[in-house]
Amino acid sequence: MASNSSGSDSSDRQRIAQQRLSVIAGHLQRPVEGNSGILAAECKAQGDKLDVSSERRTVPRRRQEIMKWNGWGYSDSKFLYNKKGQAEFTGKRYRLSGMIIPGLREWMESTFSANLQHKTPAAPILNSSAVQPPTLNEAFLKELKSTGIPFSHDAEDRVFRSHGHCLHEIFALREGKIGRVPDLVVWPNCHNDVVKIVELACKHNVCLIPYGGGTSVSSALECPPEETRSIVSLDTSQMNRILWIDEKNLTAHVEAGIVGQDLERLLNESGYCTGHEPDSMEFSSLGGWVATRASGMKKNIYGNIEDLVVHIKMVTPRGVIEKSCQGPRMSTGPDVHHFIMGSEGTLGVVTEVTMKIRPMPEYQKYGSVVFPNFEMGVACLREVARQRCAPASIRLMDNEQFKFGHALKPQVSSIFTSFLDGLKKFYITKFKGFDPNRLCVATLLFEGDREKVLQHEKQVYDIAAKFGGLAAGEDNGQRGYMLTFVIAYLRDLGMDYYVIGESFETSMPWDRVLDICRNVKARIVRECKDKGVQFPPLSTCRVTQTYDAGACVYFYFAFNYRGLSDPVHVYEQVEHAAREEILANGGSLSHHHGVGKLRKEWMRESISSVGMGMLKSVKDYVDPNNIFGNRNLL
Amino acid sequence: MKPVVDPMLKKRDDFEDMLEERRNSSDLRYALKCYTPVLYKGLTPCKVSELKQMVLQSDQLGYVITQVSKEKGVTSDEVTGEAAAILEEMAQRLQLSTVRFFAFTLSKVFKTLFRSICINEEGLQRLQQAIHNHPVVLLPSHRSYMDFLLMSYILYTYDLALPVIAAGMDFMGMKVVGEMLRMSGAFFIRRSFGGDKLYWAVFSEYVKIMLKNGYAPVEFFLEGTRSRTAKSLTPKLGLLNIVMDPFLKGEVFDISLVPVSISYERTLEEALYARELLGVPKPKESTSGLFKARKILSEDYGSIHVYFGQPVSVRSLAESRVNRSQFNLIPRHIPTRPSEEILSFVNDSAYRLVRAQEENMVLKPWVLLAFVLLQKQAAEEKQGTALDELTEQAVWLRDLSRQYGAFLHWPDHIPPSEVVSSSLSLHRGLVRISEGRVQLALEQGLLYPGFVILSCASYRNQALNVFIRPALLASAIHTAASNRKQEIYNSFSFLRNMFSNEFILCPGATVQDFEEACYLLVKTGTLQINQQEVLITERGHRTLAFLTSVLDPFLQGYQVREMHTQRHSVVFNTNGLTEKQFIPAVRKFIIKHLLTGSLLKCRLRYTEVLSSDLQKNALAALIRLGAVQKIKGYVGFTHLHVHVGLIG
Repeated sequence: MASNSSGSDSSDRQRIAQQRLSVIAGHLQRPVEGNSGILAAECKAQGDKLDVSSERRTVPRRRQEIMKWNGWGYSDSKFLYNKKGQAEFTGKRYRLSGMIIPGLREWMESTFSANLQHKTPAAPILNSSAVQPPTLNEAFLKELKSTGIPFSHDAEDRVFRSHGHCLHEIFALREGKIGRVPDLVVWPNCHNDVVKIVELACKHNVCLIPYGGGTSVSSALECPPEETRSIVSLDTSQMNRILWIDEKNLTAHVEAGIVGQDLERLLNESGYCTGHEPDSMEFSSLGGWVATRASGMKKNIYGNIEDLVVHIKMVTPRGVIEKSCQGPRMSTGPDVHHFIMGSEGTLGVVTEVTMKIRPMPEYQKYGSVVFPNFEMGVACLREVARQRCAPASIRLMDNEQFKFGHALKPQVSSIFTSFLDGLKKFYITKFKGFDPNRLCVATLLFEGDREKVLQHEKQVYDIAAKFGGLAAGEDNGQRGYMLTFVIAYLRDLGMDYYVIGESFETSMPWDRVLDICRNVKARIVRECKDKGVQFPPLSTCRVTQTYDAGACVYFYFAFNYRGLSDPVHVYEQVEHAAREEILANGGSLSHHHGVGKLRKEWMRESISSVGMGMLKSVKDYVDPNNIFGNRNLL
Repeated sequence: MKPVVDPMLKKRDDFEDMLEERRNSSDLRYALKCYTPVLYKGLTPCKVSELKQMVLQSDQLGYVITQVSKEKGVTSDEVTGEAAAILEEMAQRLQLSTVRFFAFTLSKVFKTLFRSICINEEGLQRLQQAIHNHPVVLLPSHRSYMDFLLMSYILYTYDLALPVIAAGMDFMGMKVVGEMLRMSGAFFIRRSFGGDKLYWAVFSEYVKIMLKNGYAPVEFFLEGTRSRTAKSLTPKLGLLNIVMDPFLKGEVFDISLVPVSISYERTLEEALYARELLGVPKPKESTSGLFKARKILSEDYGSIHVYFGQPVSVRSLAESRVNRSQFNLIPRHIPTRPSEEILSFVNDSAYRLVRAQEENMVLKPWVLLAFVLLQKQAAEEKQGTALDELTEQAVWLRDLSRQYGAFLHWPDHIPPSEVVSSSLSLHRGLVRISEGRVQLALEQGLLYPGFVILSCASYRNQALNVFIRPALLASAIHTAASNRKQEIYNSFSFLRNMFSNEFILCPGATVQDFEEACYLLVKTGTLQINQQEVLITERGHRTLAFLTSVLDPFLQGYQVREMHTQRHSVVFNTNGLTEKQFIPAVRKFIIKHLLTGSLLKCRLRYTEVLSSDLQKNALAALIRLGAVQKIKGYVGFTHLHVHVGLIG
């Protein structure tokens, strides 16, 4: 990635843009339209609109052309053990693609007691006959046809939009089990298409479930089994244009279906960025970010979604909600944007968003710091936050994750590099006396103009030194961030060998960070034991965001389920217990994943009965017939 | 309602005599042995001085220091100095060399005094595991000064982490010994520091930091003080509250509470306690006093049984009981008054733990003999009891108590008559045997028989917890107007309520206790219970008679108290009495009536009612029940019309 570039001429900028994006994703042409089951029709409004962006888009209507139906990400990218029994990452899209990862096998075997002999392969293809035939609302369908908006009731299309990426969702798909799926998929092309669809849905009492990038981890996309109406999945993926860029005000007006990588790439072409980079940014959409109150890795510079959004347009059963101007801040009663942000598709569909943009940073630099233990690391992050000098991103991994990161080092070609690695290790553990079973590492990403970055870097390393931190090189830092994008692929590998797991997040005040990390990890271990898990689980965490008054923490939890009759149920019980532990210790229900249906049961205690009443009354006013019936949140 | 667990099914570990090895190998080598205990896995080792620094620099204490300095208008440095002085006075200075010295001396002393010190080694293994996993709190029962020395002695012997022990400030009076105890892990707390915020903050923070960091197991006595009557005392909640706090506030994942039951076949303080109960004041702890007490070294005190109970996880106690998120909205270093929910949780936990102590308390045959002898004495059988009859009754009681789940150490391989006579010989100071008949060694004079009876009662009391629930039921059946279940329950509930200062009866568990009592009496064939009625079986009468008599001395004690209060309400109608005057006044009243032989229409048969403990409890109960009102330290009679017939 762009770690050592400087200068600000446009060709250089372009180069940075391309480098960065090559990590994140490959580029695919828009697929040819008019497949079976799909009625092709262009949005009438499109011609009138100004589309500043080029035509290349990542997500086609038929997602199955490039993506897995029962796992994470692109079909061509996955971990596997090759004939020699070495771990390998396939494809060409990522930095790790095509590489051998020598340490992974041993790590998996020792961490989970997993064994390559014990495989649990997934069902190879989607069996369409296992999918319930669609319940179609004929009157709705007839009128929909007349609008010319493309739709499909093909089994594959429907199954793709019936789930997010919770463990239980993926596990069921791998076993070929398919529950309630949407009866119809529609692909609006623009705001007006959405208006028409919502009108028709209201008229014919059809249930609408908005679908953006499908990366939900809160069961938000699951069709409520009790829903008897026809369920229509409203896929916004084709609403993916940047409609205009306003360089005077540094804003961009964008259709909400655009996925993160396309948005960044297209803005980069004009020399801008939003700086919003959630871990899911390859696939998650702008509308989804708004609907779940998303958070990006570089929020320290650019802010979270609520800081980035200037204007939102949302189509509801009551009509379109939007503000009349683009003032940067208003005192006009409670901010109606905050009814929209976090509404999780229960009130309507976000169609267009005006977002802040920034000139692309001139210079980026990764870094890492090793601490003798997690406590020192947290103390350092706290001090960095106190001095308000957090870099674009600062993350602290615990010891287990540090080891995991090491296991994912690709094979090094030069003897010199491995020699250097050995030397570093010797210096840290022997010379500095760090206990390899306690030390932990913080990864850093600095952004800005070169001079300031270097100055900033020094400031942060000086603080780290006060907490016993040793600078551990750019390489470690960069690898840490790269892992963010491949870790989701790794779960699929685990699932091939009896290992299931997932991550979940929370936020808490600074003084509780250590207590929550310790107690939740311990709770996971204890619950696994109590629930009959035969092998010790992986229970690890990292601090991923710092704020003035607290931090965001991610937990990763996985175990070998050999010997369990209902592993998913066990998994869910443990995650449930872990969430109870978080709440009991003063952590939040969610920092940015949202509530969905998975965490609904804790909403009342989280926001009080009056709070629930407020949300409920908004829902009752905006959508009295529960057209947006995904039943998230409330 | 929770199903009642059959006490017969209680599994208990076997005992090993730890003195046996002491008698066969060098004490010196033992005192100098390599000592490498298993420590808490999360421990960051630190020195005594660092520990003090941590306390003084803690946010908790810092907050209180600022507060106090503002209130008093002094600089915070001054207050910090004050806090440092408090800490200096309080803190332990655990030193292995001192422990080794004690290990050597105590080996000598124990071997002289006791025949054996029996420990359940499995319990120690569990303890070791617990110490490794979580911060540990040791909660021994408290019957003797010996308790905490004995505890440290055992832990040292078995290579377990040495505890830090909360001790009363009174020990500090003994200069050399006080410092020695400090160096063996004791830390000293003032007996009362009611409103002293600073003292409280230093104290609670000191305990919490030692606990949280896994510095050492924290040991204290739930009962607060030594029980003079051998009945468990109503638990004190202050320290338990402090040690549970780190868990409730999420500062540790869990805390293990380990109840330890220490039972003495003969208590060293036997005579001392009886005297105290009779109103002879407690001698002040002093080093010279300790040396005077050395004459006890020449006597035989039988054996000691120490049972390390199952560690109780605070986490599981609190599960679905306490909403821990109640601490989410206030910074945790700001001292807050515990909520009602927390207080009742701590209180219930304390009762559970004391019951756990009681359940694993080993009972010796003498305890049963004390029952029989006291009952005979009360029945005024002047010639004493024939040995055969005593044996027969003891065996009957042995079987009964076992059915009720008592942890009785009755050597079954020895003929019962021998068991009885060897017990009698160990306690020969309390009994007189002549011509094959046994009775309590009551001489002339009033206080001396009182002394023997109270000593004897303190042995009997050891088994009261086994019988208390059935006894309450038996008395309820005895006094209820009919055999209707509901009516019996009502009198049970009344009696239980009245005696809740006297015995360990968990607050709010009346229904469970009633069920438990019914279950035991039905199971042993004493009662038959159907939907509506409670029926006594043919063979149940003997058991019921015995059980009713268990409560008699207490019933009478409460009755005397009540009558006395009534009298006084006539005499001192306006003034009342201060609480301190009250007990001596009652004692005088009782002695008068014991001498004259009758009181109103009811005869006073139990010398035990002289016990100041009984009187204090009775007064507390009467106040609680609203029969007596306490106005600014004065006691006055209000109006009593509660079940007078029942007590009569």
